Amino acid sequence: MVIDATRMKDLGDRLAEGEVKGRSLWADARRRFFRNKAAVGGLVTLALVTLLALFGDSLAQWSNEEIDFTIMGQAAQLGQPSLENGHYFGTDDLGRDLYSRTLQGTRISLMVGIVGSFIAVVVGTLYGAISGYVGGRTDQIMMRIVDILLAVPFMFVVILLLVMFGRSLFMLFFGIGLMSWLNMARIVRGQTLSLKHKEYVEAAQATGVPTFTIILRHIVPNLVGIVAVYATLLVPEMILTESFISFLGLGVQEPLTSLGALISEGAKTIYYGTTWQLLWPLAFFVATLFSFFFVGDGLRDALDPKDR
Amino acid sequence: MTQPLLSVTDLRVTFALHRAGDMPWTKPRLLHAVSGVNFDLMPGETLGIVGESGSGKSTLARALVQMVPATGRAIWQDGADLIALTRAQMLKYRADIQMVFQDPLASLNPRMTVGQIIAEPLRTHHKGLSDTEVKARVKEMMDRVGLLPNQINRYPHEFSGGQAQRIGIARALIVKPKLLICDEPVSALDVSIQAQVINLLAELQRDLGLAMIFIAHDLSVVKHISDRVMVLYLGRTMEIAEGRELYSNPQHPYTQALLSAVPIPDPAAERAKVVIPLEGDLPSPMNPPSGCVFRTRCPRVEARCAEVKPDLTAGAHGVACHFPGPLGARQAETA
Amino acid sequence: MALLDIKGLTVRFDTPDGVVTAVNNVTLSLSRGETLGIVGESGSGKSQLAFAVMGLLAKNGRATGSVTLDGKEILNAPPSVINPIRAQKIAMIFQDPMTSLNPYMRISDQMAEVLVHHRGMANAQAVAEAVRMLDAVKIPDAAGRVRLYPHEFSGGMRQRVMIAMSLLCRPEILIADEPTTALDVTVQAQIMTLLSDLQRDFGMATILITHDLGVVAGFCENVLVLYGGQVMEKSPTDPLFAAPSHPYTRGLLSAIPRVDQEGEELDAIPGSPPNMTMEPKGCPFAPRCTYAGEDCEEHLSPLTEFAPGRFRACNRSLEELS
Repeated sequence: MVIDATRMKDLGDRLAEGEVKGRSLWADARRRFFRNKAAVGGLVTLALVTLLALFGDSLAQWSNEEIDFTIMGQAAQLGQPSLENGHYFGTDDLGRDLYSRTLQGTRISLMVGIVGSFIAVVVGTLYGAISGYVGGRTDQIMMRIVDILLAVPFMFVVILLLVMFGRSLFMLFFGIGLMSWLNMARIVRGQTLSLKHKEYVEAAQATGVPTFTIILRHIVPNLVGIVAVYATLLVPEMILTESFISFLGLGVQEPLTSLGALISEGAKTIYYGTTWQLLWPLAFFVATLFSFFFVGDGLRDALDPKDR
Repeated sequence: MTQPLLSVTDLRVTFALHRAGDMPWTKPRLLHAVSGVNFDLMPGETLGIVGESGSGKSTLARALVQMVPATGRAIWQDGADLIALTRAQMLKYRADIQMVFQDPLASLNPRMTVGQIIAEPLRTHHKGLSDTEVKARVKEMMDRVGLLPNQINRYPHEFSGGQAQRIGIARALIVKPKLLICDEPVSALDVSIQAQVINLLAELQRDLGLAMIFIAHDLSVVKHISDRVMVLYLGRTMEIAEGRELYSNPQHPYTQALLSAVPIPDPAAERAKVVIPLEGDLPSPMNPPSGCVFRTRCPRVEARCAEVKPDLTAGAHGVACHFPGPLGARQAETA
Repeated sequence: MALLDIKGLTVRFDTPDGVVTAVNNVTLSLSRGETLGIVGESGSGKSQLAFAVMGLLAKNGRATGSVTLDGKEILNAPPSVINPIRAQKIAMIFQDPMTSLNPYMRISDQMAEVLVHHRGMANAQAVAEAVRMLDAVKIPDAAGRVRLYPHEFSGGMRQRVMIAMSLLCRPEILIADEPTTALDVTVQAQIMTLLSDLQRDFGMATILITHDLGVVAGFCENVLVLYGGQVMEKSPTDPLFAAPSHPYTRGLLSAIPRVDQEGEELDAIPGSPPNMTMEPKGCPFAPRCTYAGEDCEEHLSPLTEFAPGRFRACNRSLEELS
């Protein structure tokens, strides 16, 4: 027995040097994701749009509030995109630089999307995981609350909030955040329910691992995939919602703007031949949305290859 | 006489089922998964539990580790009742009772490395151990169950089913349990791999002096590994005896039918074998038959079977039947 | 002449991890009324072999070689050729009957549909025939139960329904792919008895695909042992069990615990099942074989007849194995 133990120790020592590195599911998913051309294209586009939105202002010759009085009132004739006067994307009807305004709008839109999706991830995941893991009556009550909230006409509530408390960025985030987590909570709960009965969770329960550790170690890491996918697909949804509200004229307030507001303005003036006022914000809008969808789809395929 | 490691008396598991759409105050329907099982398990002994699907064999195992609520008593060696213990009190015993599961890959968290998986019980029950100690013990255990210790950083999906089951076994044994509960540990594995795992379990059990509860639907596998075998039907013990005795001299008509149905990999023996057919389907555990639960499909059924529930006879070979006896004896008697 | 003749059948799948060779150069023939067992573990290609014959491969699969039915080539045949054959000449039953029964249709409608479509029967006549067939598979109260939906049957009864359906058009060949794997042992015994009876009464050739040598022993005249997509051994059943000629078959037989014998330690086959993404140059079993030499990694002798009706593919001679 003594000899056995030493032999075993020797073996262990010897093999410790050659420890083989494992290939985690994450590494596998990353590999699959980067093999997906559409997803990588989306990611690159998204990175470019984000970089431009964050640092593009340093290239601008006009700020988003400044009015170019030489152009004001003659936007249809003088306001087209040009490198000479520094209005790369042209100007709007008031003579404000469309380049700066588009970047500014992209920032706001991205922020709305990401904040909305972030609230959904944090609140929705926690809510759903607790509801699913605890189960029983708690689950029943928590899910009925979600059902009731989902039955409320969301757009109506947001518009009402904006009208009652005044149009502000905070109110917009609040309104969107209020509703965005509901579906996430449902999805996470469903996933948790099926994870809860996985044999590895049972194994942890049987060996006496504390409940909170089980949630953290066994449930959450296996939820991350679906949460990431859904969150990515939620961002464009939030952007669309914000755009719609802005299109109605209830979104962010001047001088701030968003892609939705810009598109709305551009659409109104299209009769006067100022197509660039619609096309530039629209191009950013479409590029951003498509990128998010492609990245989301790529993530889904990468994280769950069986579902293809 | 030595004291049993575990003494189970009148173990019952009843699930309350709410139908979808039921009002909260509607009385749930009761599913009797396990109803009144008794057995003693000696240290170092292997008890095989066989039964078809719906016999409650897996539920029985889960009840012993408080994974499903149960009533009755399960007295551990030191006098503690595993069923009555609180969660906190139970923790101490969880290291002594470990489980091995059916689906080897599903029982391993895909996001954790093999090292982390095997170390989990150790980290739960021996919090004082340093990382190097844990790692050393994990590697020693991996070597013990026939895994290469240098695979410690790999993930479950990089292993085949047989190897994954070895990981599950290593995880169960690392805290040096006294009782290992194996729930269908080989039924998801290929034939050629099954034998490896059975041999490993038998060898580990012998070397470590483990007691084992081995649950399976495959009677040949159970026969091979068990000292004693218990036959379950609809949550009740039909027959329990020492393995050789049960297989060579089954007394209960259900055991006899079950044994006759097992295919034998030998054409001559297989053709010569007489299968005792069981009529009808398994009754619903929601509404089990009165008296003897097996009476609806029993070839020896008589009026009494519907009225009186047969008790398991005492002694080394227990049978729960009003008309026990070797195959054919009853027919000969009535003729 | 053989009813079904398979020559050099190879099935490959294109997967993200590379090309998987599931079936590798398999040759076999099936005569009228024969019962053939195809035995193999997971990854042996036994199911894909059947799918290729039926033209049911997944869309990333490619089959090469030749499969002839009554002398007519059916491998990769267009739907106009293979569809009538699937319905009337070759029938297949699966491990999980629910996958091939429509849960939203009554059994009577599903069974009648087949007869109306393929045999041109009137509906009432077709239902009567369906009842007769359910009776033949010993479903009690067939006339009443024919009106039920699939989920109203237990697992064993469902498999009976599936068998009845597959026999409606009196196929010449029945392929049963692990028909009893999902069932309890007592139900398995019932289904196997039923299949034997039906095989005798209807006289169709039957291919039983299974991992369970016990089931094969009771049912089949001939056995084909597959490993890693290749035929290891083909033999009439009795001599195969009495004197297996291939190290793999020997290993399998001694690795199974038996209910009718006192067992000591089982002789397990060491190692793991083959990785199908790497097509071996030689014998797929070589890495786990105790008799393997260096030549086994390089090439595998073709299937040769060493006794009447018995074939083996192994580089070692029988004398070397004993």
